[in-house]
Amino acid sequence: MGAGEHGGNALTPPSPPLLAVQGLTAGYARPVVGPLSFEVHRGEIVGLAGANGSGKTTVLAAIIGTARVFGGGITCDRSAGVSVLRQFPVHLREMPITVAELLHATASNTDDVPSLFQPLLGTRVDRLSGGQFQLLQAWACLGSPAALVLLDEPTNNMDPQAIAALADLLLASRKRGKGVLVISHEATLLDTVCTRIVEVGR
Amino acid sequence: MTLAALADPIFLLPFLNGLLLAIVLPAVGAYARLRGEWLASLGIGQVAAAGVVLAAFLGLPAAAGALLVAVLAAPAKTLLGRHDGDDTYAVMLLAGWSVALLLAANTAHGEDLSRALLQGQIYFTGRSHLIEIAVVALAVAALLPVVSSRLLLGRFFPEHFQANGVANPRHEVLFDVMVAATLAVAATVVGVFGAFALVFVPPWVAFRFAGGWRGTVIWSAGLGAGAYLVSFALAIALDQPYGPVLVATLLIIATARGLGRA
Repeated sequence: MGAGEHGGNALTPPSPPLLAVQGLTAGYARPVVGPLSFEVHRGEIVGLAGANGSGKTTVLAAIIGTARVFGGGITCDRSAGVSVLRQFPVHLREMPITVAELLHATASNTDDVPSLFQPLLGTRVDRLSGGQFQLLQAWACLGSPAALVLLDEPTNNMDPQAIAALADLLLASRKRGKGVLVISHEATLLDTVCTRIVEVGR
Repeated sequence: MTLAALADPIFLLPFLNGLLLAIVLPAVGAYARLRGEWLASLGIGQVAAAGVVLAAFLGLPAAAGALLVAVLAAPAKTLLGRHDGDDTYAVMLLAGWSVALLLAANTAHGEDLSRALLQGQIYFTGRSHLIEIAVVALAVAALLPVVSSRLLLGRFFPEHFQANGVANPRHEVLFDVMVAATLAVAATVVGVFGAFALVFVPPWVAFRFAGGWRGTVIWSAGLGAGAYLVSFALAIALDQPYGPVLVATLLIIATARGLGRA
């Protein structure tokens, strides 16, 4: 267990982990976060919580490989597939791509699409509301074949109804054996869905 | 001009050469626009033009020079453009223009060559051009569907490939080489700006109207072909240089964007 880590809906984690972060210190020109340790196993949702500027996104960037690791280590089972939702998803002025085409691009199973997206499959993604688009992006990651899903502030632009829908999607993904790392400032979401929460910056 | 004129090889081969390009360039352009790289196509087209003049300077075939230089520029664009984007493409454009004109000034018939690259020389293209264009068109038709999903995935989830341990995705390099080869061949036929207009304008319109991505690619190719047919006939009927007529026709079509949903 890393500093600041505490249990939520604790399950006995299977091994080996999809993601193991051990004593990580990461940053860019200089360290901004760490040392930090946690693991993400299949069937787990691990939350990264912390104040703005505490370095939560930097931890994700270090896992992806876009931030510098100053100390400690990251072991990631990339062979099982990794899916990433960035803090600010790519949102072009014109996006002539349908919901179904976006899900196809991430190899998401379109037979298993959440009911709220069923009537929208043929709709261009730039015709969706901000909350719908954000939820679609989250589902594109959770519905993909990747075993490890990294979500950075997935509740951006979402109203309470969309956040509840996201929580349902996360819990369903957990039942399907995915390992999910969720970075969020939404304490209620983390308390609802996470098996464990790691506090960053404490 | 009547359809009977197309039976004459003098018109038929140039017509087919342009028609193939008018379908392939907009289809490739749709992906370039989605990737935010439409300016790169102008940069690569200008570099290809420099390759044509360089080939003339060295006494080599024009298409070989254009292809070689453009395909060499593609990986550089992939690596540098990832960080500096439009800045890199603008430098390619300026460097290509400068080198092409300097070489032309010191090459026999260089002025004529420069004018041909500016205006296009479609009526002087023949069987060898058709073979080059057909090879490029077949390669694009075969490869674009293969890389399509990965290009979309990389656009909307930019960290995906790096997160999965793929630092330099092969499909990106392949796409850049496809763009470079298509523009290199096209620059020698419809001119640098004719080629750029076919890459830029039809997708620009299609992005506004199409219902989805498949429709965007089909709309782009259809608009390109339509504009080509009109401009080919107009240029002959009005005895005007082909490239400017093509660009003017495309720009008139582009006004249709104003009719679509913002």
